[in-house]
Amino acid sequence: MTLLHILLLAALSLLAGSMKPRWRGPVLLGGSLLAIYWLQPATPIRNLDFWFPTASILLVALVWAITYEKRELLSRQTFIQVIPLAGVILVVGLTRYLEPLCCLTPTRPPAITQVIVAVLIVAGMVTLVLIRFNQRNLTILALLLLLVTFIFLKTDSLGQALSAGLRRIQGQDVTLASALDLRWLGFSYLAFRLLHVLRDFQLGKAHNASLGEFTTYALFFPALTAGPIDRSQRFVGDLREGSRLSPDSLLEGGRRILLGVFKKFVLADSLAIFALNPQNAVQMRAGFWTWVLLYTYTLCIYFDFAGYTDIALGLGRWLGIKLPENFASPYFKTNLTAFWNSWHITLAQWFRAYFFNPVTRFLRSSSKQLPVWLIILAGQAGTMLLIGLWHGVTWNFAAWGLWHAAGLFAHNRWSEWVRPRLAILEMPSRLQRVVSLTSWLLTFHYVVLGWVWFAMPDLDLSISVFHKLFRF
Amino acid sequence: MSRVILKGLILFVVLTLLPTFTNPLPMLGRVSAYNVLFPGRLRLPYGDNPQRAYNLSLFNLEAMFASHELSAGQKPPGEYRVLLIGDSATWGFLLKPEETLSAQINAAGYNLPDNRRLRVYNLGYPVMSLAKDLLILSYAVRYQPDMIVWLVTLESFPYDKQLFPPLVQHNPEPMQRLILGYKLNLNPSDPGFIQATFFDRTLIGQRRALADLVRLQLYGVLWAATGIDQDIPENQGQHMEDLPDDLSFHNLKAPLKREDLAFDILRAGISETGGTPVIIINEPTFISHGTHSDVRYNYYYPRWAYDAYRRLMAEESKRMGWNYDDFWDAIPAEEFTNTAIHMTPKGTAIFANLIAKEIIHLSNAR
Repeated sequence: MTLLHILLLAALSLLAGSMKPRWRGPVLLGGSLLAIYWLQPATPIRNLDFWFPTASILLVALVWAITYEKRELLSRQTFIQVIPLAGVILVVGLTRYLEPLCCLTPTRPPAITQVIVAVLIVAGMVTLVLIRFNQRNLTILALLLLLVTFIFLKTDSLGQALSAGLRRIQGQDVTLASALDLRWLGFSYLAFRLLHVLRDFQLGKAHNASLGEFTTYALFFPALTAGPIDRSQRFVGDLREGSRLSPDSLLEGGRRILLGVFKKFVLADSLAIFALNPQNAVQMRAGFWTWVLLYTYTLCIYFDFAGYTDIALGLGRWLGIKLPENFASPYFKTNLTAFWNSWHITLAQWFRAYFFNPVTRFLRSSSKQLPVWLIILAGQAGTMLLIGLWHGVTWNFAAWGLWHAAGLFAHNRWSEWVRPRLAILEMPSRLQRVVSLTSWLLTFHYVVLGWVWFAMPDLDLSISVFHKLFRF
Repeated sequence: MSRVILKGLILFVVLTLLPTFTNPLPMLGRVSAYNVLFPGRLRLPYGDNPQRAYNLSLFNLEAMFASHELSAGQKPPGEYRVLLIGDSATWGFLLKPEETLSAQINAAGYNLPDNRRLRVYNLGYPVMSLAKDLLILSYAVRYQPDMIVWLVTLESFPYDKQLFPPLVQHNPEPMQRLILGYKLNLNPSDPGFIQATFFDRTLIGQRRALADLVRLQLYGVLWAATGIDQDIPENQGQHMEDLPDDLSFHNLKAPLKREDLAFDILRAGISETGGTPVIIINEPTFISHGTHSDVRYNYYYPRWAYDAYRRLMAEESKRMGWNYDDFWDAIPAEEFTNTAIHMTPKGTAIFANLIAKEIIHLSNAR
């Protein structure tokens, strides 16, 4: 998002926030639907920057239809709810015929007949599937669809193959195919919101949100590009409450937005100039300055991400939606577990709820009595590996995840060992401060060194950076 | 809340308008982390591709000098300080910092008979214009030079070349002072000079210049970490061996006359040094043996113009008593890179050796 995007979205949020609740809902829905087209970056594959946002809308509608507690999908009520979604797709598609190129899509949308035919085909197929399959199978199908799409988008080789296929369909040069062609704005967050709804549904928690409310939740424009990953029940609750913009909310929201803009566009963008990256990693000399570049990367990634989160929370506040916090001073934590309770909180909570807890529960209840440490190791390794791979299916993101898994496991074991011993000791406060400071230093540097895996594109380059850091 | 908004608005207006009355850019330019937090640059900041070069072109001369190693504190007692002024060949286009003329002279570790260590500083700046050289020289004399070596070539001399460099156009006041002070044959009201409007002088109007100052500091970290200050492409291109059948040179007509060339700027530069010895060097140029090499030496120069320039340069130097050396053909043709004046590290080393000898010779003679 650019400053212009943020300025216009802030204006929309102020406008919508000051409206009566009955008007705010439709404005939020329309704004979110249009924002996914407007924010979507241009793609080298023809029309893909129109089809990606359209696919986002269709996926949302599909998951809503599967998980909606009232099974009256072919009712007049449902039909009325579909109108805004179809309307926005058609309106955006019709901007193709405006001269000059309209501001809603980065490139000209496809011919309107193509749009209508494609949407009708998808809608027909979805309806057919909804009628033919039972909800249990439908949920599994939708989960698989989201996961497979996610894996294709996050894996270079698969992404390249998909890009080649799409280029072939469009009659474009296949030799130029690249995974970078598939920049689907906000899909990582959208997928995880929808996965959460599907899993909850599998566990017997159907939702009662209307299609409009559900779409607003899944595509909420402040949280589209960088989260946080909210829970649908909480979000819809706020939406229905419809609290109007108060002076307190205005000030608090404005403060968060300004803070976010400062973090992202002043701090992060300035630090990005000399933060560690694959280009300077090859060029830099060993020693002191390598550490400077790595520390800079550490701060840069935090301010970048936390800045966007602040902007999202501020805009949400103006709209009467209290989005969950995603960061809580993570670099000041004195152990790695606390770090992961304060870094990208909503993603960590997502994996805790839908992977770590079920896996450890399953291992504990298995017929073979596994030792506790092994259960913890398996749970943490699996969770952190998946968190790593969420950023992209590469060896480096896997290494980053496992690095943190090792750290979390070590901290867990150390805590278990040291806790009873410390309980019988009475440490003077000065010593406690020294212990705290040492713990912080160790935790911070463990996280800092972990970023080497994250920032580099391959393991060889990561190892060469470690060589330069430690001059061996 | 309305009071908060009002106070914020007043503060915004004051901050926006303050620079229109104070012009803080020169003062801010002198505030630098170079030579304090990270080492000074070995050459003046210049770069079209900052993300790869870790360097950028800006127009704030104070900031440019503050980022240079020349600004690192007082002049050491045992140093014989020589400043090199010139164009991109002096700056070291397509050369790493350690391969430039100044770096190669310094690496040789010359000492003068009085035991002072010869220390050469690179103040070359890409773009050929004597007016640009004079502007840089006018700032450089603050740094207590013991000698100045001014490397020139014919392309720097035509009057139509003098005021076109962006560095000159964005520094109208010091350049106009030099034009008027030395009565140079240049128009002090040249339309190329960038005259700031009221809006340009506000904080918002100066945002680009301010951002450049910040970016220059930030790129200093990468300069310190990598020692890179130029994006040198793998494929550097080749100088032109076969030449066009073209005898023209800057709308000047044969025979070339003294008044066609900006000797007045050269004279002004020598006066500007206030008695510090100056060596003027005609820098080496590529001599083609390809098609039409009978009428042209290279892409820049038809033979008639260049031969006349060398003769006029020698005559003027003799008339004015300048220390002048003509090294036009001192470097073999194969040691030139993408243009007729840019040299390979090996060619630069040969040239550096010749310059060092001249510096030592003149310093002994004095």
